[in-house]
Amino acid sequence: MDYGHSERPPGAALPTAIKILIAGGFGVGKTTMVGAVSETRPLRTEEVLTESGVGIDDLAGIEAKRTTTVAMDFGRITISDDLVLYLFGTPGQDRFWFVWDELALGAIGAVVLADTRRLADCFPSIDYFEGRGTPFVVAVNCFEGARRYRLDEVQAALNLDPEVPVLLCDARQRESVKQALIMLVEHAMKIREARRAG
Amino acid sequence: MTGQGDAVGHQWIDDHAGPVVRPYAVTGGRARPVTGRFDLISLVTATRGDVPAEVGLGPEHLAIVGLCQRVQSVAEIAAHLDLPVGTVRVLLGDLVARNLVRIREPHPTVELPEYSIFEAVINGLRAL
Repeated sequence: MDYGHSERPPGAALPTAIKILIAGGFGVGKTTMVGAVSETRPLRTEEVLTESGVGIDDLAGIEAKRTTTVAMDFGRITISDDLVLYLFGTPGQDRFWFVWDELALGAIGAVVLADTRRLADCFPSIDYFEGRGTPFVVAVNCFEGARRYRLDEVQAALNLDPEVPVLLCDARQRESVKQALIMLVEHAMKIREARRAG
Repeated sequence: MTGQGDAVGHQWIDDHAGPVVRPYAVTGGRARPVTGRFDLISLVTATRGDVPAEVGLGPEHLAIVGLCQRVQSVAEIAAHLDLPVGTVRVLLGDLVARNLVRIREPHPTVELPEYSIFEAVINGLRAL
């Protein structure tokens, strides 16, 4: 058999996988951001869920269970032979928090993408990661035609802890997305050190 | 499908129609794997290049073994086979039970990773 670049002979140790989440409101550019740095085109995976009355109309007396499909887009960056990084775009709808719980478990942290024209759309993501203690940074996606705000204005508008890094970002640009991810990992590293010391 | 009027029936079945076989049919009605937890980013590799015809294995099992000649995450397997993650977990459980794939669970979830992992990720991202 011909072992290509990322194939390994049977018996070789498998790499470890880690993940970073890309969160934010619907249409803010999460999948674009994943695609900007992923070595594959973004893939889509689906969970089929049986809804037990979460945020749906009261159907008392109706026995049929409803199933919903939650789609997540993700990408992959092979860091080394031992380490693979996955980037997951979180599902946009708030009622799928239980999917978020699975995604957030073990994640290094999250990039929350914000659009200054619809800043409130990223509040649920920020609340969620604050509540969980998941390290996150806020990346303000610079949409064309959107009014530019200063970072401290965004920080104030989001009522963020001053420790939380905020940066401007273009989700289409690889370099820009790289910077956002590096800033997140550095931030997560600081939090880890602080938790150890504390 | 009824077997009659296939020529007519087929015009309704294209990529947009979604899978013709329901996910539960692929797993024989099972919702949980016989073994294992299978995180979305658990990594899977096949233990052998080909699989002998064996009772209880379906085409989807064989497709997973084929895909996992290269290391793949559970999420990637689901995406490439266009199956829900829950279905893929059940199929992986069957394959683990038969020693046809090996699994590497992701980094322990209780704590943030080791310093060395952070450093590797930062360096890897810079090198992109």
